[in-house]
Amino acid sequence: MSELRLMKGNEAIAEAAIRCGADGYFGYPITPQSEVMETLMALKPWETTGMVVLQAESEVASINMLYGGAGCGKRVMTSSSSPGISLMQEGLSYMAGAELPCLVVNVVRGGPGLGTIQPAQSDYFQAVKGGGHGDYKLIVLAPSSVQEMADFVELAFDLAFKYRNPAMILSDGMIGQMMEKVELKPQKKRWTNEDIDEMHPWATTGKKKDRERNIITSVELDSEKHEEANKRIQAKYKELQEKEVRYEAIDTDDAEYLLMAYGSSARISLAAKEILRAKGLKVGLLRPITLFPFPVKQLQNLTGQLKGILSVEMSSGQMVEDIRLAVEGKVRVEHFGRYGGVVHSPEEVANALEQKLTGGK
Amino acid sequence: MEAVINEIKKPENLVYGKTKVLTDNVMHYCPGCSHGVVHKVLSEIIEEMDIQDQTIGVAPVGCSVLIYNYIDIDWQEAAHGRAPALATAMKRLRPDRYIFTYQGDGDLAAIGTAETIHACNRGENIVIIFINNGIYGMTGGQMAPTTIEGMKSSTCPFGREPVHDGNPLKMTELLAQLPGTAYVTRQSVHTAGAVRKTKKAIRKAFEKQKENKGTSVVEVVSTCNSGWKMTPVEANKWMEENMFPFYPLGDIKDV
Repeated sequence: MSELRLMKGNEAIAEAAIRCGADGYFGYPITPQSEVMETLMALKPWETTGMVVLQAESEVASINMLYGGAGCGKRVMTSSSSPGISLMQEGLSYMAGAELPCLVVNVVRGGPGLGTIQPAQSDYFQAVKGGGHGDYKLIVLAPSSVQEMADFVELAFDLAFKYRNPAMILSDGMIGQMMEKVELKPQKKRWTNEDIDEMHPWATTGKKKDRERNIITSVELDSEKHEEANKRIQAKYKELQEKEVRYEAIDTDDAEYLLMAYGSSARISLAAKEILRAKGLKVGLLRPITLFPFPVKQLQNLTGQLKGILSVEMSSGQMVEDIRLAVEGKVRVEHFGRYGGVVHSPEEVANALEQKLTGGK
Repeated sequence: MEAVINEIKKPENLVYGKTKVLTDNVMHYCPGCSHGVVHKVLSEIIEEMDIQDQTIGVAPVGCSVLIYNYIDIDWQEAAHGRAPALATAMKRLRPDRYIFTYQGDGDLAAIGTAETIHACNRGENIVIIFINNGIYGMTGGQMAPTTIEGMKSSTCPFGREPVHDGNPLKMTELLAQLPGTAYVTRQSVHTAGAVRKTKKAIRKAFEKQKENKGTSVVEVVSTCNSGWKMTPVEANKWMEENMFPFYPLGDIKDV
């Protein structure tokens, strides 16, 4: 049965993971996301669904536990916050190279360095441009509510397995910590080992007599062959861009000005849009739900009607670069953001749009 | 002549056969390297225990990165040093499978020290095969965490000097201290007798996993004659005279 609950974003991640039939969680504590593992440990899913939950010795170990689990065809996940996600970049690169699916939740805090435990969106580049070494990308989902924190767990697993690529939920300290009403889906069954043999013939499950041995690896010393492997990965990213873009467009039909924001900033920008509409400005909001693949075409379809775009981010300006690439100079694109753990107010955003795009009229 | 050969090849005359778990791929290892012997022993055990379809190996970064070309089981190739983290999740998610890692000294005792110690301390029910030749073979003979004092490498060309280079690490003794390890042993493969002992040790390690006893660690003190810049015969002699006094052979822990 579905269930209505009031809960934190981080708790919703944990509940949704169990309910969608995840096989394993491996993590290391870091603020502001420790409730994910705390909730899992309190719920003891190993006694109900059989889901494995383990506190690892580091984020480096966590991500490599995901590699091992995913290599066996299991639905495995971790969660962390910015400094911990930096430690996982090696593993993510290896997993993308070995074409392994997994879910990594980043409840972003302000950086660089140890930074702050307050919310930020300053890991956008790291999330959508690859993050580790080599040519690869993550599938990146950006929830802007506790409900989406819950819903995107299963969606991320589905996309990760469909494309055999790591997926990330790019959240922030605000969504992770705030409480909202959330509808939790009914419990689903975990895949059996027989299901995995059938669905994921690439997985290392023990070599059967009727098949060649399965090898999970990212190494190919013959550069011609390695280029082919890279092309296979790039083809997936192209397909993702064509088929998997998700976004929300609010009041964009008649919009002359566009606010673009994801996650917490999208909620604030929605309120800013109302302030600006009340002043008579035709302002819309385009909220990317997938940050990779980025809603390039959807944005390009609007450029003809727009006088300006404001990218609103809790960073010094990262997504704004993707917006500029998408509109190819056809529309003026500006950035507004507070960062280092500071969250902007709707009034600040509204003022910024007026000053940067309408000349303060 | 052909008749004689055919007579010899009759099954009833067979005194030794290559295990089918070992593939026919030509190994990339240098002549004299210990890896090939350990691969063979490991493959024989998998065949004798009849667990080819139940065993998943984790390959390291180092000379044995391509071990999956030689042993015909399912494999995962780990990032440098991370094999015990992979194996942890693999065994917890597939407790019905035999999971082992195969790692060199740089992989296990330098970059992967944390993963190794914590997997052993948790008592993960896995086998760790640790090839210790005191040098980084694949990258061209640099100093390893296990390079003994005075031993030359390309990054300690005048011999390891503890004041400058730090001390060699007795990782296996360290792992034996941990409550999670069930069986910890140090062996070698430089003589026929030593190979038999190593085979017995690895078999025992797999049996421990079958009995859910915890982590087993089998160190194999090995030669890297190319990296050591010696002939295979000289390397074996050098290992006996210099490595064994610092890395004494035998069981360290058997619970």
